[in-house]
Amino acid sequence: MTRIPRFTRAERWVHRTTALLMGLCVVTAAFLYIPEFAQLVGRRELVVRVHEWAGLALPVPVLAGLASRAFRADLGRLNRFGPHDRRWLRAALRRDRRRQERPAGKFNAGQKVYAAWIAGATLVMLGTGLLMWFTHLTPIQWRTSATFVHDWLALTIGVVLAGHIGMALGDPEARRGMRTGAVSREWAEREHPLWRR
Amino acid sequence: MNPEPPEEHGERGTPVGRRVFLGTLALGALGVVAAPPLQRGLENVLGAAAGKDPTGLTGLLPNGGGFRYYSVASSVPHRGETDYRLTVDGLVDRPATYTLADLRALPQTRMVKDVQCVTGWRVPDTPFEGVRLSVLLDAAGVRAKAGALRFTCFDGTYTESLTLDQARRADVLVALRMQDKDLGHDHGGPVRLYVAPMYFYKSAKWLSGITVTEKVRPGYWEDRGYDVDAWVGRSNGRDDEPTS
Repeated sequence: MTRIPRFTRAERWVHRTTALLMGLCVVTAAFLYIPEFAQLVGRRELVVRVHEWAGLALPVPVLAGLASRAFRADLGRLNRFGPHDRRWLRAALRRDRRRQERPAGKFNAGQKVYAAWIAGATLVMLGTGLLMWFTHLTPIQWRTSATFVHDWLALTIGVVLAGHIGMALGDPEARRGMRTGAVSREWAEREHPLWRR
Repeated sequence: MNPEPPEEHGERGTPVGRRVFLGTLALGALGVVAAPPLQRGLENVLGAAAGKDPTGLTGLLPNGGGFRYYSVASSVPHRGETDYRLTVDGLVDRPATYTLADLRALPQTRMVKDVQCVTGWRVPDTPFEGVRLSVLLDAAGVRAKAGALRFTCFDGTYTESLTLDQARRADVLVALRMQDKDLGHDHGGPVRLYVAPMYFYKSAKWLSGITVTEKVRPGYWEDRGYDVDAWVGRSNGRDDEPTS
């Protein structure tokens, strides 16, 4: 069966390193936040340092990826919504799983919304995290407020991220695409019929 | 045949991604601005819910109430009836070593106040019970040139400090009981410091040593940027309601 190229090596490395850093942030956050895990690990100072630096580094792979033409092209695809994306979203809201109701280009509308939201959420986490990190540089109330947003957004990101990973677990061919860079023609035509290759 | 034209054919579509991205950023900024009233509201709701929640899951939500476990060491040994010791030394006339039984034999003081952590969480109306620190200091006979105390802990890592004036306050305890139970290991048992008017990092867990010194030597978190004089509401860039 012919394999269709989906992601370049550069794009896959952007995804891999971002996933690794995000994973570090989530795991260290759990060690800091959930009492049972905190009791298991202790070493609060070290865990805080890892969390801070992983968070600071989180946008770096994407920024480095901007050097890749393929990555920039995919960012453009993620940004632009056509009529088929609206149809996909409406079907998703109705929980309509029929294939003809879920038209998608290289990325479906769900992937597009996820990409845009997680990018924005990551930057909000970075901003509020920096306010919490450099405590003596900001006015009193800022820091408490930043902690509030950081905590609740962390919880939200945890849920959304679990959704992202759950979707990937349910679709081996999509994972193969991210791992090897290529997907089967049959999968591409079924899942992304409007993808112009 | 696809009923709709393939993407990137003709016009490029609406930049919804950019709008979602910028919208998320704007919501985040708005969240920071609107946090104080939102937080107060949530604390009330979750605080009430936590009281009736048998699963304890509300405790995991931000501002959900209850204590959080913080330890700076990788593991903390257990000490109890037979092997716990509290030493008082430094600039004193009569250095001493106390067992748990020794501490229990001294006059006990019970206080009910809020606990405020510098990271934001607060546990209202928490009873602490133990020996006033001033009682131990009087027993040891503090010398004239002394000005401060250094606390060490049997986790092997944590340290804290107080000035002598702070340590002699009536609301500073060497605590043996919390919430009307003997202090458990996770809460710093069998013995912890309880400095009611200050942020909770001053209340060193697993207390094992009190050394009287001339000057304040900053403790563990204070070496890492926290204030040495940690009055609740008047330090660390915070404006919480005072606890004592």
